[in-house]
Amino acid sequence: MSQIGSFALLLALALSAYSFLAGLLALARPGAGSERLGETARRAGIATFAVVLLAAVILVIAAFQDDFSIAYIFHHSNRDLPAPYKFATLWSGQEGSLLFWSLLLSAYGLVLRLRHKTDSRLFAHASVIMAAVQVFFLLLLNFAAHPFAIMQGALPEDGNGLNPLLQYPEMVIHPPMLYLGYVGFTVPFAFALGALIMRYPGEKWIHITRRWTMVTWGFLTCGVFLGAHWAYSVLGWGGYWGWDPVENASFMPWLTGTAFLHSVMMQEKRGMLKTWNVWLIFSTFGLSIFGTFLTRSGVVSSVHAFAQSSIGNWFITFLAVILVVCIFFYVKNRSHLVSEHKLESLISRESSFLFNNLLFVVACFTVLWGTLFPILSEWIQDHKITVGPPFFNRVMIPVALLLLLLTALGPLLAWRRTSFESLKRNFLWPVVGAFTTGVLLIIGFGMRPWKDAAYSYSLMTIMLSVLVALTVISEFVRGGRVIGRHTGLNIFSSMVHLAHRNTRRYGGYIVHFGVIVVMIGFAGSAFNREAEQEMGYGDRINIGGYTLVCQSYTQEDKANYRSEWAILDVFKGGKQITTLYPEQRFYKASQQTSTMVANRSTMKEDLYLVYEGRNLDTGRPIIKVHLNPLVMWIWTGVWIMIAGTVIALIPNAAAVRVAAPVRIQAEPVATGD
Amino acid sequence: MFSGDNDNLRPPSVGEGRFLASRPVRTLQLTLLTLAVFAFLGAGDQEARFGTLGHKLMCVCSCNQVLLECNHVGCRYSDRMRDELAAALERPDSDDLVLQSFVQKYGPTVLLAPTTTGFNRLAWVMPYLALVLGLTTLVLIVRTWRMRPFRMPAGGVAPASASEFERFRDQARRDTEI
Repeated sequence: MSQIGSFALLLALALSAYSFLAGLLALARPGAGSERLGETARRAGIATFAVVLLAAVILVIAAFQDDFSIAYIFHHSNRDLPAPYKFATLWSGQEGSLLFWSLLLSAYGLVLRLRHKTDSRLFAHASVIMAAVQVFFLLLLNFAAHPFAIMQGALPEDGNGLNPLLQYPEMVIHPPMLYLGYVGFTVPFAFALGALIMRYPGEKWIHITRRWTMVTWGFLTCGVFLGAHWAYSVLGWGGYWGWDPVENASFMPWLTGTAFLHSVMMQEKRGMLKTWNVWLIFSTFGLSIFGTFLTRSGVVSSVHAFAQSSIGNWFITFLAVILVVCIFFYVKNRSHLVSEHKLESLISRESSFLFNNLLFVVACFTVLWGTLFPILSEWIQDHKITVGPPFFNRVMIPVALLLLLLTALGPLLAWRRTSFESLKRNFLWPVVGAFTTGVLLIIGFGMRPWKDAAYSYSLMTIMLSVLVALTVISEFVRGGRVIGRHTGLNIFSSMVHLAHRNTRRYGGYIVHFGVIVVMIGFAGSAFNREAEQEMGYGDRINIGGYTLVCQSYTQEDKANYRSEWAILDVFKGGKQITTLYPEQRFYKASQQTSTMVANRSTMKEDLYLVYEGRNLDTGRPIIKVHLNPLVMWIWTGVWIMIAGTVIALIPNAAAVRVAAPVRIQAEPVATGD
Repeated sequence: MFSGDNDNLRPPSVGEGRFLASRPVRTLQLTLLTLAVFAFLGAGDQEARFGTLGHKLMCVCSCNQVLLECNHVGCRYSDRMRDELAAALERPDSDDLVLQSFVQKYGPTVLLAPTTTGFNRLAWVMPYLALVLGLTTLVLIVRTWRMRPFRMPAGGVAPASASEFERFRDQARRDTEI
C-alpha cells in the first residue's frame, strides 16, 4: 500500500514538473508545435490531480486499515479512533496536511485547466504558475515530509492516536476550509502574475478571477471562524481568539485578501490601483505560504503548530523565489500597470477604498510585526519576549474601529466626488441612530464607558455597528424605492430585485452586515464574567442571575478514552432551564487530556462550563463557569457573511429596462376648408 | 448614494474643493478626538487589579495561555502564580512593581506584552508609525493627484458623438451601479 502511495507521489511530481516545463516552453516559443506542447502540459496538470488524489485516498485507506507500518498512520491514528477522525488523519499531521494541500492545489488546477477555453493564453500562463507551485509541494512530499515513510523495527500493536484537541467534530471541517482558503489564493495569484507576465490588456483577468477570489475568501473566512469556534469549544479557556501565532497566520492573508476584494473594484471601475492590486494579491499568496511556514517550521510556539522540522528552510527558499519572480516581472512590465484615472476628491468612493486598504494593510503589518517580534527580540536582545493578547488588542481595536467607520462611510460615497451636503443628508439619520443607541446603552443598560477602556471600546463598537447597519439598510431602502417606482413592486420585493440586479454590491452589503454582527459579538467580551468552585453534591454557584446546582459527578471508560464529568442543573429566576454536563477526557493512546466544554448558548450570553479536574484530597470536581455575553452573535454574523458571499457569487439579473419615451409624430391638424 | 450621484453632475465651483476637503476632515477629526477622549476616560477599578494584572501575565507551564485562563489540570505553575499575584497585591506595590517581580522570578516571557522601555518600545511604536506614515503618504498622494491641472482639449470641449454618449452612459451605469 505505502509503495503505491510513494509511487503515486513520484508520478505526480513528474507530471507536474512536465506540466510546468512543457507549458513554459510552449509559452516561451510560440510556434506550430507549441500549441500541442501546451495541450500536453495542460493534460499533465489534469493528470496530476488524479495521481495526487490516489495518494491521498491510499493514506486514508491506510488509516482505516490501521496500517501502522506507515509511520504517519502510527503517529496520528489508533485502532479505536472513530471513523470521522480516521478520515481527518489525512490533515492532522505535517506530512498528511501537506499532501492534502497538494491535493487541493491540484483540484483548483483541474478546474482552471478544464475552463481554459475562456482565454486559452491567459489560462496557459496561470496553469504554468500553478504547476510551479505544485512542483514545490510535491518536492516537499517526496523528499522532506514523506507521508508514506515506513516504520523502522517491529510493527507496533497500536498507534499513538490523534491529538485529543483534534478529536472534535469541527476539526473534520475546519482544516479543509482553511486550506481551501489558503490554497485558493494561488489561483488569483497565478492569474495576476500571468496577466503581468503577458502584459494582458484590460481588466478581463480580474473579471475571470473575481469569483475565484470571492470563493477563496469565503472559504478562508469559514476556516478562520471555524478555528475560533473550535478554540472556544475545545480549549476551554473561555475565549475564541488568543492571537496565537498560528491564528495570526490565518488572519494575515484574510486581511490582505479582504483589502484586495475592495481595491480590485477600483481597478475594474476606474482603471486605478493596478500596481497596488497586483502586489496585494502577491502578498496574500505570499502570506498564505508564510503562514504555512510559521505553522510547520517550529519558529514560533503555538498550541496549533506541527512538530519542529527542517521544512522551514524549504518554505523560506520558496518564499524567496516567489519574491524574486514577482519583483522581476513587476520591474519588467510595470509600465503596463499605469492608472487610467486619477483621484479627484478626498471625499469619494475611491479614497474610502484607499483608506480602507491602508487600514487593512496596517492591520496585517501589525499582526505580522507582533507575531515576529519575539524572534526579532531574540536576535537583538538575546532573549525572547512574549507578544500576546494585550499588545494585539491595544493596537488592533482602534484600527478595527476606524475600519468600521469606513464601512459606514464608504457605501454612501459616490465614485469620483461627493459633496459634503449629500454626505450630511445621507448620514444624518444613521449618526442620530448611532448616538441614540449609545445614550440608550448608557442610560438603559447601565454601560459605563468611563470606568474601563474595554467598556468604552465596546460602546464605540456597538455605536459604529449601528451606524453601519443603518447605512446598509438605508442603501437597500433607497434602491428598493427606486426599483419600486419603476416596477410597482412592494419595497421588500423591490429590495430583493435590487440585490439580484447587482448581487456583488448588495451581497457585499450583506457581508458588511455580517461583519457588524460579528463585531457586536466581540464587543460583548468586555463584560465577560467568570467564577470557579469545587462542587460537591448539592453545591451551588451563582453567576449573573444563574444558579448552578451540582447533581452528580461520575466517570466512564470507553474504548478510545476515559472521561469524568459533572451533572449540573441550571436555574434562572427560580426555574430550572437546563442541565449541563462539563466533561474531561483522558485519551488512552496519546495519554493526553482534553476538555469538553458544556455550553448553553443564547443570543444574550453563553453559560460556558469547564470541568477543570478533581481536587485530589476531596475527590470533588472543580468547575469553572464563564458568562460570556453576545458570543452567539459572532457565529450568527459569520453565517450572514457567508450568505452575503454566496449572494455576491450569484450572476446578476438583467436590469429593468424602462422604455424611453417614444417621440410621436403629431397628426396634421385639419384647418378646415 | 443616489443623491450623491446627482451631485457628481454639478461642476465644482471655485474654492469648493478646499471646502470639501477641510470641513469633513475637521468633522472626522473632531469625532475621532471625541471618541478617543471617551475611550480613555476613567481610571482602572482597584478591585479589578487582580483580573487586570492576571491578564498581563502568562502561565509559564508552556501552555502559552493567559495566567488567569490557564485551565490545565494539575498545572504546576498557574495556581502558584495566582497565589503569588494575590499576595503581591496585598503589598502597597504599584502594578509595575508587581509585574517586575514576576519578570525577575520567571523571566521576560512571563509578560504577555512587550514593555515600553528600550528595544521593546519598538514593538509598540511600529504599528502606529506604519499607520501615520501610510496616512501621510496617502494624503500627500491624493493631494498631488488632485492639484494636477485638468487638461482641456485644445479648442474647447468637442461635442460628444453618439458612441461617446453610449460610453458615458456605461460609465454612469458602472459608477452608480444601478
